[in-house]
Amino acid sequence: MSSVLFFIAAIGALAGAVGVVTLRNPFYCVLALVIHLIALALLFLLLRSEFVAAVQVVVYAGAVMVLYVFVVAYVGGDGESIGERLRGAGAGPSAGGLRLGGAILAAAVGIELLIALLGTGLAGVGGHGAGYVPGPQAYGTPAYIGKLLLTRFLLAFEVASFLLLIGAVGAVVLARRRGGLEDADGQPITPLELLRPRGTGTTAESVGRHLG
Amino acid sequence: MSTTTYGWLVLAFPLAGMLATGLGFRVLPGRSAGWLGTLAIFLSFLAAIGALLSLQHHGPEHRQLVSSLWNYASTAGIDAQLSILVDPLSVFMILTVTGVSTLIHLYSISYMEGDEGFVRYFSYLNFFVFSMLLLVLAGNFLLLIVGWAFVGAASYLLISFWYRRTTATRAGIKAFVINVVGDVGLVLGTYFIFKHTHTLDLLRSFHAAGAGAFGHGSNAAATGDGDLTAGCILLLVGAFAKSAQIPLHTWLPDAMEGPTPVSSLIHAATMVTAGVYLIARMHPLFELAPAARDVGAIVGALTLFVAGTIGLAQTDIKRVIAYSTMSQIGYMIMGVSVGAYAAGLFHLMTHAFFKALLFMAAGSIIGAMGGEQSLNRMGGFRRAMPFTYGCFIIGGLALSGIPPFSGFFSKDEILLVTGEEGGWHWALYVIGYIGAFLTAIYTFRMIFRAFHGEPVPEARELEAGHLHHAEHPSNPATGELEDTGVGFPGPIHAIAERALPMRIAMGLLALGAVGAGLVQIPKVDFVIDDFLRPSFAGSKLYEPHTKNGLLAFGLILGTVIGLAGIALAYRVWVARPGTAESIRNRVRPLYELFVNKWYFDELIDALVVRPVALAGDFARDVFERRVIDETIVGGTTGIVRAGSAAVRAVQSGFVRYYAALLLVGVAGTGFYFLLQS
Amino acid sequence: MSIGWYLAVSAIVFSLGAFGVITRRNPLVLLLCLELMLNGGNLALIAFSRMWGNGDGQILALIVMTVAACEVCIGLGMIVAIHRRRLPVDVDELRELQG
Repeated sequence: MSSVLFFIAAIGALAGAVGVVTLRNPFYCVLALVIHLIALALLFLLLRSEFVAAVQVVVYAGAVMVLYVFVVAYVGGDGESIGERLRGAGAGPSAGGLRLGGAILAAAVGIELLIALLGTGLAGVGGHGAGYVPGPQAYGTPAYIGKLLLTRFLLAFEVASFLLLIGAVGAVVLARRRGGLEDADGQPITPLELLRPRGTGTTAESVGRHLG
Repeated sequence: MSTTTYGWLVLAFPLAGMLATGLGFRVLPGRSAGWLGTLAIFLSFLAAIGALLSLQHHGPEHRQLVSSLWNYASTAGIDAQLSILVDPLSVFMILTVTGVSTLIHLYSISYMEGDEGFVRYFSYLNFFVFSMLLLVLAGNFLLLIVGWAFVGAASYLLISFWYRRTTATRAGIKAFVINVVGDVGLVLGTYFIFKHTHTLDLLRSFHAAGAGAFGHGSNAAATGDGDLTAGCILLLVGAFAKSAQIPLHTWLPDAMEGPTPVSSLIHAATMVTAGVYLIARMHPLFELAPAARDVGAIVGALTLFVAGTIGLAQTDIKRVIAYSTMSQIGYMIMGVSVGAYAAGLFHLMTHAFFKALLFMAAGSIIGAMGGEQSLNRMGGFRRAMPFTYGCFIIGGLALSGIPPFSGFFSKDEILLVTGEEGGWHWALYVIGYIGAFLTAIYTFRMIFRAFHGEPVPEARELEAGHLHHAEHPSNPATGELEDTGVGFPGPIHAIAERALPMRIAMGLLALGAVGAGLVQIPKVDFVIDDFLRPSFAGSKLYEPHTKNGLLAFGLILGTVIGLAGIALAYRVWVARPGTAESIRNRVRPLYELFVNKWYFDELIDALVVRPVALAGDFARDVFERRVIDETIVGGTTGIVRAGSAAVRAVQSGFVRYYAALLLVGVAGTGFYFLLQS
Repeated sequence: MSIGWYLAVSAIVFSLGAFGVITRRNPLVLLLCLELMLNGGNLALIAFSRMWGNGDGQILALIVMTVAACEVCIGLGMIVAIHRRRLPVDVDELRELQG
């Protein structure tokens, strides 16, 4: 039973991956990735990591992909395939060459990875994993994860939350409209300017650029 | 006070004078700088007399005293001390130098009046006297070289004193460069000598040489070691450059661009005699290297002849006297090279008197001409300037060697000793007398042309009581217009008849020119000989061994030649005025040769100056530009630029490119590790 | 299935993502392919975690997901800003950072 499920999930994941890479329309690519993510969640479940699977669906496929959908709807981008010729004179490598080169490169990386992963001398790779003891705090349960997060991986946990904060701030800064904080001549004011007011004599000022 | 303390005082006073005038040049009013400078040298002269008197208190064997201020450096076998040597030779020299210098300073107070650079002049002049005294008082090779170099520097400063005149600055550079050639010779010569004696101290060096440091016995007839001869010839190169002997003589006539007192002091009485002093001081070394002595004698004789012939054709009054100096120094060099030390030095002293006198008188007549120096424009000043005329006559008679003037005794003694050497020295003897004949001719040619004949307008003006002034001051050599500001001569021209300091100075020198010969009349008194003997103890050539017959012959011949020269000059330039013109036309090629100074300037230009200039051009255009700038520097930067351009191409800006590169790296690394395992 | 199968899937997904990153021109799709690669890594982590039996791999996978979320935020914010400035949304056109 688990093998069947495994194959369904694996084929779904691969199909989604291929779809992301090859589909023309960015919307379809997003959808393909959603399929891929859900298939991956199934694979996680087969590996008894129920919490991670849930997070994958809820956060990744749920929140991040929705964000993607919004942006793709807004920005759109031209649907183009990998075979389209590149515009602009003197632009980068030709499409055909890139496709071939990229394929070779990716294949090389893939083969190496397969050899490395499957050819390793680790005995457990051929097995079905360490033993599983069901229980309230068994392997893969939220309690289990939670306990680990707050004991052994506390630092990582805190750093990750800090990272999220920075990410949020960065996103706001990036996407804000012009016409936010401005000074008298219409030049936007940056936080740096609040620390170093005009006329303190920086090099940027001397070449005619205001701070920030 | 001990003798050597007097020696240090002799050095200290001019140094103090130089510093006082130099540092106080803004605050010293009027002519006080001149009096200050003169006072400094006069005090030095008094100290020299003190040194003389206290030296005579010592017994004759103990009259070579060395005093050292401090040890300057003692390393690697070199003992460099600041030491002076006070012995009869140096006392003789410092008396001459300070005595004549005092009178020249006095003369300059009037001569340089009104010049914007008055204070600077006296500072330089004091510096010069200090350097010259340092040179003659030096107790080791180091201070000798230092004094030598300072004297050259002072000469440059004073020749190009009127520095806004291009001719003056060029002359200063020429003098300095030729002097540097001499400096190189001096230093190399010192090295060759040091190599064997292992000491820089003069007395110890001589002692070592006598004890056989140069690899042979102390037999005077033995031939010298190669190094010693080379060293002595290099010292001679230094002497020739300083004393303006052929072929390093071309700077002296150009050096007449300096003010006349400068010519009188430096280029007549003191600096140019440094070479003579050097040979006399180094006599123990020279006596062991007869080849070097022969070189000196021949060059001296050659110079005295060539300079004499050139003097016949020159028209600038100062240049005539300059060539006369060159000729007389030739006598002195010849004298000390053949061993007539006392005679040569005696001639140095008398020559200082009458040559300084002649230059001073020339300065006076130039003042009367308003700055003009050409004999072609002068004439008939006899009635207008009797005092100057008298000084010229006295100086001229002394120079021509007419008894009882001083030049007669000194010059003939040199020729006597030369003749006594025998062998090929007879040729030098003959050349010496020919030179004396030429001397008499050109000297009195100058006097007759300037003072006899029809008075020129400037002379008539002066007879009427008005000193001539040119409306627009100009360069006497090229005629370029100038002004009288700083860097050019001042507006006031002084003449002896009106300026008391000039008259005093010239009068005292005239007395010296007349009476100095009396201290060394052959067979009668030997003041100079006796005085200098302790310095030359150990010399095989010092003792005069005069044959009476040759002595009498020489004295009579000298007198006759001198008088004949004067008579000839009188006939050509006074009695029959057109004679000079016709002689010139008959021997035109010879005349051209003399007027062009035997083409030495052109020769040196072609042999030395052009090749060096070409080498410099080559270095600049080919070597500097092509090799260094383009190949080495440009090549290096080019390689760096090309390399960085190649590396820069990787930063194409395409994100996909970067991603691909990243993946290449990953694949490569993975591959490597797979191979490893 | 033994752990090896999961690892194989992970490797293939990763290389497919790499291929996509190199090849696609639309920056949005490029970021999607980047997500693919991250997911491939996640799968490997979970598989190994199952193999060893401790939860380290799961925690790491969670952290990876966090990082991916942040990165997507920033990336999409940049693309929105580019779009708003009327620049072409095309990685080959956006190449001013060059040497």
